[in-house]
Amino acid sequence: MTTSIKKLPDTEQVLSGNGSCGGCPATMALRIVGKALGPNAIMLLTPSCAVASMGMTPRLGYNWPCINVCFATAGSSASGIANALEIMKEKGRLQGELPTVFSWVGDGGTYDIGLQALSAAAERNDNFIHFCYNNEAYSNTGVQRSGATPRGSFTTTTPTGKRQPKKNMALLMLEHNIPYVATATVAYPGDLYDKVVKARNIPGMKYIEILAPCYLGWQFDMSETVQMSRMAVRCGAWLLWEAENGKISFNNPSSHIISGKKDPVPVDEYLMKQGRFNRFLKGPDASQRIAEIQNDIDREIAFMRERAKIAV
Amino acid sequence: MQAAQVIMVTGAHAAALAVKSARVDVVPGYPITPQTSIMEALAAMVENDELDARFIPVEGEHSALVAAVAASAAGARVFTATSANGLLYMHEVLHMASGGRLPVVMCNVNRGIFAPWTLWADHQDSFAQRDTGWIQYHCSSNQEVFNTILQAFRVAEQVNIPVMVNFDGFAISHCLMPLTVPPQEDIDRFLPPYQPEWRLDPAHPSSFSNVTNAPEYAVFRQMLSRDILASIPLVKQAAQEYKDITGMWDGDTIDTYRLEDAEVVALAVNSMAAELRLSIDILREQGIKAGLLRPRLILPFPAEDIMEALPRNAQVMVLDRNYNFGHNGGILASELKSALFGRRSDITVKNRVMGIGGLDLTRRFMAAEIRAMMDE
Repeated sequence: MTTSIKKLPDTEQVLSGNGSCGGCPATMALRIVGKALGPNAIMLLTPSCAVASMGMTPRLGYNWPCINVCFATAGSSASGIANALEIMKEKGRLQGELPTVFSWVGDGGTYDIGLQALSAAAERNDNFIHFCYNNEAYSNTGVQRSGATPRGSFTTTTPTGKRQPKKNMALLMLEHNIPYVATATVAYPGDLYDKVVKARNIPGMKYIEILAPCYLGWQFDMSETVQMSRMAVRCGAWLLWEAENGKISFNNPSSHIISGKKDPVPVDEYLMKQGRFNRFLKGPDASQRIAEIQNDIDREIAFMRERAKIAV
Repeated sequence: MQAAQVIMVTGAHAAALAVKSARVDVVPGYPITPQTSIMEALAAMVENDELDARFIPVEGEHSALVAAVAASAAGARVFTATSANGLLYMHEVLHMASGGRLPVVMCNVNRGIFAPWTLWADHQDSFAQRDTGWIQYHCSSNQEVFNTILQAFRVAEQVNIPVMVNFDGFAISHCLMPLTVPPQEDIDRFLPPYQPEWRLDPAHPSSFSNVTNAPEYAVFRQMLSRDILASIPLVKQAAQEYKDITGMWDGDTIDTYRLEDAEVVALAVNSMAAELRLSIDILREQGIKAGLLRPRLILPFPAEDIMEALPRNAQVMVLDRNYNFGHNGGILASELKSALFGRRSDITVKNRVMGIGGLDLTRRFMAAEIRAMMDE
């Protein structure tokens, strides 16, 4: 049973007075992650909105020790800290329960510049959680294209809409044979909370990716963050799943789409609710372009359905 | 009371033994010629339970230094090593370590820089990192590599500034020389356990290297600049106390040979400076009052100590194994001239670049070069 939002702990690790935008999905997600991790954790950040939100030196909007690292290095930095804590505990220099080491990184720091170090950390199965809050662009620098930007989306570096589909990063991480991989999004806080609690208690490398609809980059009203997140799941543009030791299972409501019990909602309404697809979908071949985007989604659903059947 | 051991080892193995003696906690490593054998030796020590540490086999040098820096921020004593393009690949992380005031110790086994590829020694790699805020030692023997790594940990942890220990690829890294390994209890006395003033600790949430406004940023940089200079007396103190405990001495900020009455002074770093002692003897036999001044430290540049050591009216022949592009000559000569300007008008500085990409530097060749420079 998924934990109800009413049952989440009252404790907060995201403090009031931070610098995030109204309706920021990453900060909402971090609040939930904080409830699941508690205060005994060490946070790593690469350049991103989460750094801009945390406040400026010497102030700090997050209730953890926070280390800012070079953009490409979330994976290797977390490895360094996790290994240091473990050996210092073995040598008797640290007592008590070791803190959870977690990286809080955007899609740029995960899909693009951070991929090499992250892949290597996963292959070594070092003991930390990598969170990717995925707003499908470099939002912090003013919305540029990333490897997570979906086909058709406007960014300042794809002014007429991106021509390529996004890649399936969570699946790439799964193929590193790490003990836990999950996807989540802010419209399903209990699902996210449960996944973080689970990840916290598994030794080795854990990867959790959170779809984070950004009103600024996606061009919708900032009051509609949660609604946008829910629509992404209902149309199958974002699938909720988790994999423990390589075995994929889908979470509600994505499980109904995968099983065929429920058809995904057509993508049109999801696209039209956002401004970022306007340019791509303007003109006489709009319906063909919507079909291209729909095809990307259908392909991922079909692929993940088949991939989930493989359990070795 | 244990006695010191004398063994035959390569410079790379001497480095690994020093790291083991320093009781490091975390060693991230990545192979690059000619540094690889340091990492191989450390990985083997960890697997054979001779060294109680974590070896992290990372996927590149950028990650190697980052993992070391992050482990240091968690409170561990850390070490890594690299060469040439590996060092260049680490460039932004070098700044992260010094700006973050973390006492990382790293060996750089000097090798010429790509392109084109070369495997052999010159000093363009370490000299190109002069402005990254690291303290830089350059060593001329296997024993000095061992001794300097231990001194480097001590200085780094006193001033919270990372230290790079440089020595030449192959000439030092792959050549066997006798090495005196002091008893572990002596080393423990010289280098006490690392006790960080600050570390990532959930009991005390704080940010590390977060965004700053100009007034804070400027202060951080000013403090780094000030503290790098303030490390000079600590470098001397470390060399002296190491000598008091182990009886071994490689010089402190500088090392000299037959310098007191010298009229012609050769100035160079690393293994070529060891060979230069023999060139000095040749020149002396020819009736030339020659001497050697070898900076062990090139950053901070030991200007005061060089100034004090240089005899009056000396001609200084700077032998650079690197290019100072945009100038005629090498970087060491520029550093020396900058230190001398307006202070020692009695000194003449002449400069040649040699030994690039591992070109052989024999004692006779360098003695002849110095003679030729005297006539310029």
